[in-house]
Amino acid sequence: MSAGGIKPARPFQQAARVTLANPQMRRNLRHATTTIREKRLRAVAELPDWEALRDEGAALKDHVMAHLADALLDLEAAVQARGGRVHWARDAAEARGIVADIAAAHGAREVIKVKSISTDEIELNAALAERGIHAIETDLAELIVQLAEDRPSHILVPAIHRNRAEIRDLFRRKLGAELLTDEPKQLAEAARLYLREKFLTTRVAVSGANFAVAESGTVCVVESEGNGRMCVTMPGVLVSVMGIEKVLPTWQDMAVFLRLLPRSSTAERMNPYTSFWSGVTPGDGPQEFHLVLLDNGRTDVLADEVGRQTLRCIRCSACLNVCPVYERVGGHAYGSVYPGPIGAILTPQLLHLEDRNANTLPWASSLCGACYDACPVKINIPEVLLYLRGKITEEKPLSAEAIAFKTAAWVMSEPHRFEGAIKLARSGQGPLVKNGAIHALPGMLGGWTEARDLPAFPPQTFREWWRGRPAPQPRETDGQAQTSEGELLAPQRGDRGPA
Amino acid sequence: MSGEARLEILTRINRIGAREQEPLERRPVRPSTRPRAQIVEQFAEYAAEYRANVRRLAAAEVPGALRDLLLARGSERVAVPQDLPAGWLPGGFAVTRDEPGVTDLTAVQTVVTGAALAVAETGTVVLDHGPGQGRRALTLVPDHHVCVLREDQVVDNVPEAVARLRGSVLSGRPLTWISGPSATSDIELSRVEGVHGPRVLDILLVREG
Repeated sequence: MSAGGIKPARPFQQAARVTLANPQMRRNLRHATTTIREKRLRAVAELPDWEALRDEGAALKDHVMAHLADALLDLEAAVQARGGRVHWARDAAEARGIVADIAAAHGAREVIKVKSISTDEIELNAALAERGIHAIETDLAELIVQLAEDRPSHILVPAIHRNRAEIRDLFRRKLGAELLTDEPKQLAEAARLYLREKFLTTRVAVSGANFAVAESGTVCVVESEGNGRMCVTMPGVLVSVMGIEKVLPTWQDMAVFLRLLPRSSTAERMNPYTSFWSGVTPGDGPQEFHLVLLDNGRTDVLADEVGRQTLRCIRCSACLNVCPVYERVGGHAYGSVYPGPIGAILTPQLLHLEDRNANTLPWASSLCGACYDACPVKINIPEVLLYLRGKITEEKPLSAEAIAFKTAAWVMSEPHRFEGAIKLARSGQGPLVKNGAIHALPGMLGGWTEARDLPAFPPQTFREWWRGRPAPQPRETDGQAQTSEGELLAPQRGDRGPA
Repeated sequence: MSGEARLEILTRINRIGAREQEPLERRPVRPSTRPRAQIVEQFAEYAAEYRANVRRLAAAEVPGALRDLLLARGSERVAVPQDLPAGWLPGGFAVTRDEPGVTDLTAVQTVVTGAALAVAETGTVVLDHGPGQGRRALTLVPDHHVCVLREDQVVDNVPEAVARLRGSVLSGRPLTWISGPSATSDIELSRVEGVHGPRVLDILLVREG
C-alpha cells in the first residue's frame, strides 16, 4: 500500500488499539516528542516577542482567508508574469490528473518528489503509477517509508517509528546498498548515492509549497537535506502542488512565518535550506514551472466560521509533539496523512464531515489544550474539536447514539421507569461482568466501552438500601417535614424552621 | 477543464461573502539598535553552532585563507561565478568560471561565492544569486561551499533581512537561505551532516574597513 490519502480505513478507537500494541513505536515516539518538545521551548524562548509573533501570524492568516480570492488571483497573475503556469484543482482527482498529464507530456517514466503532504493528501504517487510513472521520494524519511511500503507516522519525521537496524536492512534489500553498519551517517550516505543520480538525470520534479507570496509570485520550500533544493533546481520541469490556504499577500509577510515555522517545527533558529523562486528564472533552474492550486475541501472549511481557523495551519507539527494522545497512539492511528491534533480537526473537515471513520477523529483528544498553547498561529484546536463533536452528533439525528440518548431521557424522567431499567440491567449483566467491570457492551452500546470500562451494577441500589433500613425516629424539636420515601435529597437540618 | 475549476473555486470562495474584519496592522520593520559588533559576533557564533566553519579576517587575507581551505580539502577543481571578484582567488589553482550548460558541476570539488546578506538572529547566509553568487546549482552540487561575506552584510534579524531582499524578489530573482551544511535527523533523530547539499560550508567573514 502506498503512503497517502486522508480517508481513515477504520474508526480512530479501533486503529489506536492496534498502534498501542506496538511498543517499539511508542518508545520511538516518546523519545522523539520529548526531545523536540524540550528543544522547541528553548528555541521559542530566544525570541522575546514570541507571543506577539503568534498573534501576528494568526492575524495574517485570518486576513488572507478573508481576502482569499484576491490573493489567489494576484498570485496567479504574478506567477504567469514570470513565465509560470497556474492550474486550479477542485478536488484530489483533478489535481492528480493535472500533474500526471504534465509528467506524461514530457514522456517521464520517473519523477522526483520533495516531501509534500499535499501530494500525499491527493494520493499522487498511486495515480502516477497507474500511468506508468514512478514517483521517487527524496526526503530521507519519505524514502524509507516508500521503500518499506509503509505510511508516515509524523509530519516532520515520518519514519520516526523505524529504527536504524530496520532501515539498514531495508536499504540493503531495496537499494542494494553495501552497508557495513547501521550508523545513521552511513545510511544517509547510501541514500545520497542512490538519489544523486536521480537528481542529475530526472527531468520532472514535483514539490509542495510551504508558502506562496501573492505580490511577487514567489513560492517557498523549507527543508533540511538539500533534496528540496535539488528538486526545485536540477530538473527541467517543476510542478508544485499547494493548498489554496498557503498564499500570503506580501513578501514582507514571509518574515513572520520564517520566524514561526522553524522554531515550532524542528525547534531550530532556522532550517538548513529555504528556497524561493518566482516563475521561471532564465538560465537558472527549471525552465518550465507549473503551480497547482488545490481546493479539495478547503473552501468548505473556509465557509465554516468556527472551523475556518484550521486553515491557518503551517504544518509545523508542534501540536503533535505536545499531544498526550498522539505520543501514545502514534500517527498511524489517525489513518490520514494529517495526524495528531491538527489532523483530528483537519481530516474530518476536508471530508465534509461525511466520512464515518474520519468523524471519530475529534474524539481522539483529552482536550488538555497543550496543542493550542504550542500552535504558532494560535489555532484553538480544543474549541474546534468540541465544535466538530457537536456537529457530528447533531448531523445524524437518527443515529444509534441519538436514539439511545432519547430513550435514556424517557427512562430517567420517571423514577419508576428508572428503577425498573436498573433492575433489568442488573439481571441481564451477568455474562458481561469481569472483575467487577463491563469491558465490552453488546450491539450499539459497544461504542461506550470502546475506550472505557463500565462499572458493573451493584447488587443493591441506594434507594433499595434506603427502603430496607430501620425507620428513623423523627426528632420532635426540629419541626421538619417528614421526608417522603423516594425524595432524592434529604432536607438540610436547621435551615427551615422559624428562628 | 482548468478554467472551469478556477471559476468554481473562486465562486465557492466568493459565495462565503465578505467578512468584516479589523484592518490588518503589520508591525513596521525597525532597524536594529544593537551595536554592530554584537550583531556580527552573534552571526559568527550561531553560524558555527550549525557547523559552518566561520573565520573572521581582513580583506587582504581572503586569498591566503582560500588557499588554506583548498589545500586542506585537497580540492583541485574549483568553480566560481563568472563575476566573482578576482582579488579573492589565490594563484596556483585551476579555477573554472561557471558557464551554465557547459560546466560539469559533478566534477567540481569546491565552489567559492559571495552572498547577498546574512542574518545574526539565525546564523543564516542568504544568496539572491545576484553578483558574485552564480546560479543555484553552482552552490548545490559541489561538496564544499566557501562563502565570502563582508561584516556590513550581516543584518540583525529575519524581518530586516526580508525587507532588504524585497528588491531582489520583486525583480524575479530566486533566493537560497543557507544555515549550515545540509543535514538530516530522520533516523532516530540523530543529526547527520552532508545529505544532498554541500557537506562542508566555510564562511569567510571579512572585517569592515
